[in-house]
Amino acid sequence: MNLSRIPISAWIGIILTSAFAFVAVFAQVIAPYGEGQIVGGLWEPMSAKYWLGTDNLGRDLLSRMIFGAQTTLFIAAAATALSFCTGSVLGFTAAVIGGWIDQALSRFVDLLMSIPTLIFALVILAVLPANTLTLILVMGLLDSTRVYRLSRAVAVDINVMDFVEAAKLRGEGHRWVIFREILPNALSPLVAELGLRFIFMVLFLSALSFLGLGVQPPEADWGGIVKENKEGIVFGIPAALIPAGTIAALAISVNLVADWILNRTTDLKGGRGG
Amino acid sequence: MKAILKLVAQRIALGLLLLLAVSVVIFAGTQILPGDVAQSILGQSATPQALENLRRELGLNDPAYIRYFRWLAGIVQGDLGTALSNGQDIATQLGKRLGNTLFLAGVAAIVSVPLAILLGLLAVRYRNRWPDKLISAVTLASISLPEFFIGYLLIYFVAVQLGWFTSVSTVYEGMTIGQRLNAVALPAATLTLVVLAHMMRMTRAAILNVMQSAYIETAELKGISAFDIIRKHAFPNAIAPIVNVVMLNLAYLVVGVVVVEVVFVYPGMGQYLVDHVAKRDVPVVQACGLIFAAVYISLNIIADVVAIISNPRLRHPK
Amino acid sequence: MADKDKGLLLDIRNLRMEATAYPPDGPPHDIVIVDDVSLTLKRGKVLGLIGESGAGKSTIGLSSMGYGRGGVRITGGEVILNGRDILKGGSRQLRKLRGKEVCYVAQSAAAAFNPAHRLMDQVIEAALVHGVASREEARKRAVVLFEKLGLPDPGGIGERYPHQVSGGQLQRAMTAMALCPEPDLIVFDEPTTALDVTTQIDVLAAIKEAIRETGVAALYITHDLAVVAQVSDDIMVLRNGQTVEVGETAQIIHEPREDYTRALVSVRSIEHKEKKPAPKPLLSVDGVTAAYGGRGGVAVLKNVSLQLSPGQTLAVVGESGSGKSTLARVITGLLPPYEGEVHFAGRQLAPALAQRSRDDLRELQMIYQMADVAMNPRQTVRNIIGRPLEFYFGMRGAEKERRLAELLDEIEMGEGFADRYPAELSGGQKQRVCIARALAAKPQLIICDEVTSALDPLVADGILKLLLNLQKIENVAYLFITHDLATVRAIADSIAVMYQGEVVRYGTKSEVLSPPFDDYTDLLLSSVPEMEIGWLEKAIASRRMESAGN
Repeated sequence: MNLSRIPISAWIGIILTSAFAFVAVFAQVIAPYGEGQIVGGLWEPMSAKYWLGTDNLGRDLLSRMIFGAQTTLFIAAAATALSFCTGSVLGFTAAVIGGWIDQALSRFVDLLMSIPTLIFALVILAVLPANTLTLILVMGLLDSTRVYRLSRAVAVDINVMDFVEAAKLRGEGHRWVIFREILPNALSPLVAELGLRFIFMVLFLSALSFLGLGVQPPEADWGGIVKENKEGIVFGIPAALIPAGTIAALAISVNLVADWILNRTTDLKGGRGG
Repeated sequence: MKAILKLVAQRIALGLLLLLAVSVVIFAGTQILPGDVAQSILGQSATPQALENLRRELGLNDPAYIRYFRWLAGIVQGDLGTALSNGQDIATQLGKRLGNTLFLAGVAAIVSVPLAILLGLLAVRYRNRWPDKLISAVTLASISLPEFFIGYLLIYFVAVQLGWFTSVSTVYEGMTIGQRLNAVALPAATLTLVVLAHMMRMTRAAILNVMQSAYIETAELKGISAFDIIRKHAFPNAIAPIVNVVMLNLAYLVVGVVVVEVVFVYPGMGQYLVDHVAKRDVPVVQACGLIFAAVYISLNIIADVVAIISNPRLRHPK
Repeated sequence: MADKDKGLLLDIRNLRMEATAYPPDGPPHDIVIVDDVSLTLKRGKVLGLIGESGAGKSTIGLSSMGYGRGGVRITGGEVILNGRDILKGGSRQLRKLRGKEVCYVAQSAAAAFNPAHRLMDQVIEAALVHGVASREEARKRAVVLFEKLGLPDPGGIGERYPHQVSGGQLQRAMTAMALCPEPDLIVFDEPTTALDVTTQIDVLAAIKEAIRETGVAALYITHDLAVVAQVSDDIMVLRNGQTVEVGETAQIIHEPREDYTRALVSVRSIEHKEKKPAPKPLLSVDGVTAAYGGRGGVAVLKNVSLQLSPGQTLAVVGESGSGKSTLARVITGLLPPYEGEVHFAGRQLAPALAQRSRDDLRELQMIYQMADVAMNPRQTVRNIIGRPLEFYFGMRGAEKERRLAELLDEIEMGEGFADRYPAELSGGQKQRVCIARALAAKPQLIICDEVTSALDPLVADGILKLLLNLQKIENVAYLFITHDLATVRAIADSIAVMYQGEVVRYGTKSEVLSPPFDDYTDLLLSSVPEMEIGWLEKAIASRRMESAGN
């Protein structure tokens, strides 16, 4: 791959996304203060000591943001991974095997998707214990319906192509057909979708935490930090805008990368792209 | 014409069936854990005897399917049950709030739908030129913005800094329509911004799809003016996809309402639902979930019905 | 109209057209689509524009309306219609001329009609917009045209919607739509290409008759020289956006001056001597009946029996819906028949693919119509051809490379192609790689499903010659499925004609192609355009005689 061919927008996306990931992984090392450590007064303004000021309890906002990055990215990544594994395995299976398995899975997914995801999540969270594992499971499984639909659709399209038929006529088994013929051609749309699903997870988690139903205090996550500081807004204290804006920045960066991957996907029919 | 009526009836029947299935899923979703409502009401420290009494009183000892049918029968008669947290009738409490929510969503829809279609047309008209590129860049950004970010930005700048509107959208009995509109201005603006870009982009795609059809070229080669091509040849074929786009986004709007109501402390259904999820008030959550799902499903049915009616192949069968 | 003076109608001078290409990785750049093309057309005359895909023939045709499709721009030259340069007038002037002085008939009428409006409204629309006729007049005129063009129920068909009439009827209605405003010029853009051959002849005759009666001039665009020879006074041969040769129809067909034209004319003249059937057939299909959706489904094959001798070619001919591709699916095991058997090399083949041995699969290979979707776009030519070598013969390393080089040599492609991806090959090269993949298995039988229909005639010709050559070397048998009788004549030893799931005629090539014919074969054979001026009239006349005799 030629690096100079990557457009500027994609570069911005890649650099910002990596920066966020770096901060999340090394939060304990980078953060100037502890996650729950009270260091000053309420909502102190930005200063050399507290780069982003302090929050509603007098904690260093920058440190909260850095630990929040870790929590937010970890939960979102775990939920995306769960959603992808479940969704794509079931989707591919349904497409290649077909028959009643396909019918049963697809109708069930239709049913789940006829309830708005956030609403359904709220219904379930009303009875489940509030912890990280619950969040990952609920978010991941509810979202896997979308991954299922996409991977099934992509695999069904590829499965009827002549080169797959040619492989079947040659006598190749299910494994070869799925992994050597279908998967390489399904990868690009799925990778781009991976980015979009991750964004959705970040937004989803933030919304839940903002509503007070996601990550529970004192643990920090971006949506939760918005909730903690939202009362300040009416007094003209912008502390809540920082985590909210950061969520947007992360989502935009990942979107830029996903958009680029989607655009450079050469479609199956080819075209003479040297 | 009969065939069409039959299709429409089928689609609506299917929607009702789906709604029934959804009610099962929602009910089942609240039964995942062994803990029960009696425990929630009385708390962890309750004596087994007190728990047992309350269970018998609430009919919780019956198997799940019997409780489901009892719940369903109540809903069909307009009885949504009683809230655990304050013992009040859910239907009465919900009525006003549902009205408030529909008012807010309605205002947002009235503003955003024509605006999105207009901007979508503009993007098609100036395709690949700067207005189109601007629109697609804004779309990319706006699908990445959380609803509460837009909401607080508006509060911070428009309400707090400029002081044009209040930051809290209180509504009460006896407000005039103008006062009401003033109160929902900011939340409605937030919702509009949330769905606008998406709706615009999808409208653009739907119209482009139609404009690239061979019959549009035929019309062009007949020497018909650009306006007439859009009016006579593109529009009749674009109705169904555009209605589909609109309904999809209205459904999205209904969900976005939940967060926006919390941001603006607006007394609607979303706020009500969130409050009672935190209180683990299962009957309220079930009722709200079902109503949200019903609105969502109805919007999808409307989109499908419009698509059926506007399809000439179905209107004039062979 | 017919008595208008026979002066110059259209004069295109040094036309140059360009488009901007947006490659996925690289800066956009302009490419030339039409390069310095000039032509003239007198009133009432028909000029045929002929060439392969990418020759620029449609683009030139549309330039006479000042129109560029898909971002194509006119960047040089003049288009003079009725004495004035239409490129100087601006879009308002162009709009006045389109649909009034020049009308257009598209290849796919099914797509060119708006599904939301009745045929009549669309047919008379241009006449009304330009004020050529009142609504009443225009409707009357349309009914007359419907009748002239041989549409059933001319008075009522206008009230139908496009999806309610057949493809051939739509193509006639589109011609009526072009004729309705009584233009000076009609651009016919491959008007019969999408039709079945037995429908094509009627539509072609209707168009020719309409041109003759109304005295309208026409640009007739097609890739089929035999078709254009029937309708045009002059022919212009195009290639890669440039003029190859212009001349009267008779001259182009009988005494072509340029090599390229000669090649086009002689495309269908491959000499192939028919072989006698061997005593023991290689493939024998006995009483096969098959349906999609099992026994309850509608039968697409009804009691089909065929035989194919080793090293020979059996052509299965039929129009769309005849069941010929389903036959291939039954033989390969993709669709198990519910009655009948398939024998191969003396043994009975299991009905379903999953039950067949690896040797059964190896000896029976398949080549597809669309070469670009028949190869995995993520595999190189080396992997595509190499896989059967590994899979069937366990070849590895140097042995595999040697065999790969041999195969590439057999399909007349160098070893340099081994590391290319399918997207980096031309259409003909793709099909050659597919042939090599089939040959790699050392099969006794290759099923060829419309393998040349998606290719330009010259490329297709090359593929056919290659197949015949390989047959001589490898002694492989072909089951050749096609709708094109010219191809059948070129390569078959025996022929099966299929119609609605049944074999209506079967035998050696000479038997099948000599009289007495059954009705369907007769219709099919007499519908295939021949490279002969006046063939259309003869064919139509003999058809009328027959129907009168019945």
